[in-house]
Amino acid sequence: MSHGRRASARPPDALASVVVPGTVQSIERAAAILQVVAASGGTLGVTDIAEAVGLAKTTTHSLLRTLLHVGYVDQDRATGHYAVGAGILRLGSHLDVNELRARSSNWADALAARSGHAVRLATLAGEDEVVVVHHVFRPDDSVQVLEVGTALPARTTALGKVLLAHALGHRPPRAAADSWAGELAEVRARGWAVDRGEHHPGRGGIAAPVRGPGGMVAAALGVNGPLTSLVDGRGTPRGLLLGMVTDAASAVSRELGAGGA
Amino acid sequence: MVAVRQREHRQYFPKPGWVEHDPMEIWANTQRTAAQVLADLPGGGEVVALGIANQRETTVVWDRVTGRPVTRALVWQDTRTADLVIELAARPDAGLVQERSGMAIAGYFSGPRLRWLLDHVPRARERAERGELLFGTMETWLIWNLTGGPDGGVHVTDVTNASRTLLMDVRSCRWDPDLLDFFGIPAAMLPEIRPSVGVLGVATALSPALPIAGALGDQQAALFGQACFAPGEAKCTYGTGSFLLQNTGAELVHTRSGSISTVAYQLAGEPVHYALEGSVAVAGALVQWLRDGLGLISSAAEVETLARTVADNGGCYVVPAFSGLLAPHWRGEARGLVAGLTSYVTKGHLARAVLEATGWQTRDVVQAMAADSGLSLPSLRVDGGMTTNNLLMQFVADALDVPVVRPMVGETVSLGAAYAAGLAVGVWSDVEALRRNWHRAAQWTPTPERAVALTAEYPRWERAVELSIAWGAP
Repeated sequence: MSHGRRASARPPDALASVVVPGTVQSIERAAAILQVVAASGGTLGVTDIAEAVGLAKTTTHSLLRTLLHVGYVDQDRATGHYAVGAGILRLGSHLDVNELRARSSNWADALAARSGHAVRLATLAGEDEVVVVHHVFRPDDSVQVLEVGTALPARTTALGKVLLAHALGHRPPRAAADSWAGELAEVRARGWAVDRGEHHPGRGGIAAPVRGPGGMVAAALGVNGPLTSLVDGRGTPRGLLLGMVTDAASAVSRELGAGGA
Repeated sequence: MVAVRQREHRQYFPKPGWVEHDPMEIWANTQRTAAQVLADLPGGGEVVALGIANQRETTVVWDRVTGRPVTRALVWQDTRTADLVIELAARPDAGLVQERSGMAIAGYFSGPRLRWLLDHVPRARERAERGELLFGTMETWLIWNLTGGPDGGVHVTDVTNASRTLLMDVRSCRWDPDLLDFFGIPAAMLPEIRPSVGVLGVATALSPALPIAGALGDQQAALFGQACFAPGEAKCTYGTGSFLLQNTGAELVHTRSGSISTVAYQLAGEPVHYALEGSVAVAGALVQWLRDGLGLISSAAEVETLARTVADNGGCYVVPAFSGLLAPHWRGEARGLVAGLTSYVTKGHLARAVLEATGWQTRDVVQAMAADSGLSLPSLRVDGGMTTNNLLMQFVADALDVPVVRPMVGETVSLGAAYAAGLAVGVWSDVEALRRNWHRAAQWTPTPERAVALTAEYPRWERAVELSIAWGAP
């Protein structure tokens, strides 16, 4: 790496000397680090970054670890160099919820028609809730009310579990930490979540992640209905139905340009 | 739905207002996509019949011996017949057209386009009179080619497409000799008029024994696909424009209020079912203008996000009379306007006004139809791209004060063609069996207070429409 290139990565003002009153110092420092990482194109390690922003190496390292945790930077395991993470990319390519509905509509209809269940697409709204972005009625022509815009609890619905499992920086409440973290890890690993009557006794849901451009989880797509129609006696989702849900979620992901996700 | 194949064909714009398609390209694409769909069928599935739905009023003339079109097809949006139509409408016997065909003379329909071709293509008229040239709308062209083309092709049109020519007696469903005289069309070039549901021929070009068993104009196909089989049942397709059709049963409704009477469908051996139609030129196209013309949004769906940044239209109205107004006004001179601008109005209000314009135009059409038919609208079945816009669909429900219902299968045009063909060959026993296939995917229920408020607000919209007509007046 040439000296000139390193110089160009340096922000215009030496950070240590510019402290604006009333601002949060660590956020200013993190922003400066992100600028350096972005400008370097993934060629700098912690020592170079610390030098470029004019901070101690230990401070820089701790800020980088936080940025890594929330997905705003990635670290190359072989070289230790830092690059801009998918979390930052997602900030710039925010998926409009109405766009999500328009692009998922054909697949959501087909899922409802094939499964015989109501279909919902939801996005996360804070730590505790998800919001229904799209809703297709159960295809039996019974009286049903459109749930678009309705908030549902995140922790007890299949849609919410999928979204929390993939949320950046989600930390379970202390009391329930172990079992909850375990369940979310399981949801991440197997690619679907189930609600066995936790939200409404006797009713349940199965949901899978919908990925947007860059592969980040943008929404959750799922079916809901009477629990016995969704899971078998041991509480395992019925295989055919589970396949329909994960296939539909993958199809919407492809439609959104998630690539190999 | 087990397989889908689609292929875009080229649009030609040789002069302002002229829109053409290459019939040979459409035929080649049809052969190719049909062969692909047949190959796509899972598990060696069997195709028992073929149905066709087509853009209506597009006009083709071709040589019956060579099978070559004499020129490119004149597409339904083509406006080159505007002067011809003014000239024809000024004739003392022009009242005949409305009386017999059920529709006023307008460049929207295919009869004037056929007349234009006969007037402008060298030797076309004399060759047509000698029986060397054939006329058809797009389904006629495809059926003729599918059934053998120059080698024994069947020259037929379905009654819904024939009803859009201005050449057919809408009561007897036969070509009307007086209308042919009026437009100067030789009878020798016209296809035989056949029911929409019934075997029309064998598609030997695709498969040795595959019957073509249904044909409908696209909007009638959507009405059929939406299972609107009883008088009063109506559907609206929200695409670039919007097309509302309401089944009026076996009785032809005499229209006075700006809707038009058209043929809905006909089952072989049964009387014709009629419909009232209200066509609106600009619906989704106004959202595209917000995106491409103004750059306020980056995708059509984002108009809802922008519109939801505000609670109402802020007093702003947009009349999208880009090239005049169709139903129920029929004022070609009208031009678009944005009314009610104050410094309070933001892009959010503008987005809301853009969506509301489609809702208000639906109300215009529904009111005209109610005045003509006396039928009440129990609910409105909707399809098309704009039905994913919840704000718009709720506005339509409130503006009409009826439930708005979206079916499970959005591809209602293709579905209608498949229903027609399947019904003809006995896949389904009757239309009631088709009705049982229809399932509700979403419903927007009117909010009583909003419905009252919008009725009170409606005169503001009507005033904006009047101003757009006045603005365009010479």
